[in-house]
Amino acid sequence: MNNVGTALYEEMIRTFDMSGASHTKETASLAHLRKEAFRTFKEKGFPTIKDEDWRFTNMAPYLKDAYQLQVPVKVEATALEALLDSTAVEEWDAWKLVLVNGQIDYSLSDLPEAGLLKISSLKEVLGSEEVSKFIGLHQNTDANRLAALNTALFEDGLFIEVAKGQKAEKPLHIVHLYTADVPSFVQPRHLILLGRLSEFTFMESTACVGGEAPVLVNGVLECNLEEGANLTHYVLQRGRRGERMVQHTQVYQARDSRYDNVTISLPETDLIRNQLQVALDGSGSECHLYGLYLPSAGQLIDNHTVVDHLQPHCESNELYKGVLQNSAKAVFNGKIFVRQIAQKTNAFQQNNNLLLGDKALVHSKPQLEIFADDVKCSHGSTIGQFNPESLFYLRARGIGEALAKELLVQAFGADITDRVSSDAVSRHLKKHLLERPVTQLQDVPHIEHI
Amino acid sequence: MLSIKNLHAEVEEKKILKGINLEVKAGEVHAIMGPNGSGKSSLASVLAGRENYQVTEGEVLLYGKDLLDMAPEVRAREGVFLAFQYPVEIPGVSNISFLKTALSEIRAYRGLPPLESREFLKLSKERQALVEFDASLANRSLNEGFSGGEKKRNEIFQLAMLEPKLSILDETDSGLDIDALRIVSAGVNKLRSSDNAFIIITHYQRLLDYIVPDFVHVLYDGRIVRSGTKELALELEEKGYDWLKESLQETSPAQQRVI
Ligand SMILES: Nc1ncnc2c1ncn2[C@@H]1O[C@H](COP(=O)(O)OP(=O)(O)O)[C@@H](O)[C@H]1O
Ligand SMILES: [Mg+2]
Repeated sequence: MNNVGTALYEEMIRTFDMSGASHTKETASLAHLRKEAFRTFKEKGFPTIKDEDWRFTNMAPYLKDAYQLQVPVKVEATALEALLDSTAVEEWDAWKLVLVNGQIDYSLSDLPEAGLLKISSLKEVLGSEEVSKFIGLHQNTDANRLAALNTALFEDGLFIEVAKGQKAEKPLHIVHLYTADVPSFVQPRHLILLGRLSEFTFMESTACVGGEAPVLVNGVLECNLEEGANLTHYVLQRGRRGERMVQHTQVYQARDSRYDNVTISLPETDLIRNQLQVALDGSGSECHLYGLYLPSAGQLIDNHTVVDHLQPHCESNELYKGVLQNSAKAVFNGKIFVRQIAQKTNAFQQNNNLLLGDKALVHSKPQLEIFADDVKCSHGSTIGQFNPESLFYLRARGIGEALAKELLVQAFGADITDRVSSDAVSRHLKKHLLERPVTQLQDVPHIEHI
Repeated sequence: MLSIKNLHAEVEEKKILKGINLEVKAGEVHAIMGPNGSGKSSLASVLAGRENYQVTEGEVLLYGKDLLDMAPEVRAREGVFLAFQYPVEIPGVSNISFLKTALSEIRAYRGLPPLESREFLKLSKERQALVEFDASLANRSLNEGFSGGEKKRNEIFQLAMLEPKLSILDETDSGLDIDALRIVSAGVNKLRSSDNAFIIITHYQRLLDYIVPDFVHVLYDGRIVRSGTKELALELEEKGYDWLKESLQETSPAQQRVI
């Protein structure tokens, strides 16, 4: 145990000790898991910069607020609806599921009739052995202590199941709204199960409304893909000052399954820490991970990804790009494990950064651990500024310097937004890139990086 | 229109241009020829405002205004256009929306509102036809994956869209086959008028059969060492640049400057 966020730590212990009463309907295995998870958290407490995985991401300043754990939502429906409109994706024919502080709000949602695509609150299914066996399967480690804290304490979230052989008729837009009049600590928990040869596309949008109070979201999403399942997952993270978000996404893939993820993190939130972890545990499975992060002054966006090649003949592709303004900070840490049995692995990883501010800082660290010998792996990391040739070309056509730079930022980002196969979603993401808080472009006299 | 006087420029402390003098009037076409490495592209770069070139001496006036004092985008808005020898590829920037932005910036400088989408589309169709530029290329990322010839055609398509006063074509002919050369030249000839001018940089006489110049200048080692009419180009083609180098060794440096 350390002394980071001590008051909050104490609060967690009190909450856990009292939580038994509200979890009585849950399976014995889940009760056991919660205990184990809490022990993991309790032993070392909140992560500090002494933890290898948190070296450049200091949570301490964000753990000082007097967060409350169970805050009733007190926002007017009209305010929520206005916020909801801002997340709407034009011309995208999709179902809509709205969660407010991690709880489904059916009145704001638009869902299919119960059928082959099953959507419910997670709480409803926690008594089922069939479902709860998928919870917390692959992540109860020391390095994932915040996810473990979520496992120990979560109350509710979302459960989706796509039946075997089914292709969901429409994609699903999941909108996470957060609101806080008092400092709030929210721990949503979601589970998505894809049956054999099923297919599903969903997008998660986050937005924050109401109040100036700090919000700390410690969310966990788990996705389980059975043989031949195909999951497409888009993420658009938006927020406000005072919002801190730690999001753990765990994907487990059986043979011949495919997972596609595109994650865009926009400026304004104080802190975003994404932990995207994919286990390729069946031969012939593949994952494609794309990310674009645009932190602004005083903001930190941290992407920690893990791709674990556990079986032969799997493929992983990863491209993360960052645009850093002013005194923005970013962390990219991409771990790839290729286990001894995982022969014929193809694993690619690339991280490119555009530094636009004189105090901008990026820590980019690829980590490959390869135990098999017949594999193709590559990784690379670049940190640069605008290509002077491109800039000159645009200016030589009459385009002013600031606008030319803006076009180049867009172009840099288009590399990621173009990976989205839905045109409507791709347009939506591009629109948000355009509308992000104005870049203060400056000449960069020197660059610090590690 | 353009007046270059005793222009000296260097790049990375290497002297490249060593006293260029050139007068270009509206309605004229000037060809600049010369062996590789003589400074032709450097001259074009200095005129367009490429930042790694330092002008150490001399002046350049465009309609009496100090061109060297202007940012590259201001030069473009004042009517200077450089068709690049090696156009860059910019993935992610759409060719057509880039052109729309450029045209709007230039029009704004002249106090004009941006073209309506429909007008812009009409203009761009018309100008694409002029240089037979493939419509599918217009909608792609700027020069990305274009062949050498397609890039050059794109330069001339842009020229046709932006209607500059002074166009500098830097080896637009290299990379073009005979048919493409004919098409691009015909396009340029249609754009010629009494109030614009062209500087055509080329290594070969071939292009000048199609775009007939009023004057031909030979650039060698950072200086214009010969000036004449289109016959000079033919002579060069016949005798080659080696003849030029040899004949220059016989003349004194002082004489070279006077041309
Ligand atoms: N960025 C640069 N750095 C150093 N030398 C350069 C640079 N650009 C051009 N040069 C040199 O300037 C000279 C003239 O080049 P250039 O203008 O491209 O000639 P041309 O277009 O006539 O072939 C050459 O010797 C070339 O090597
Ligand atoms: Mg050249």
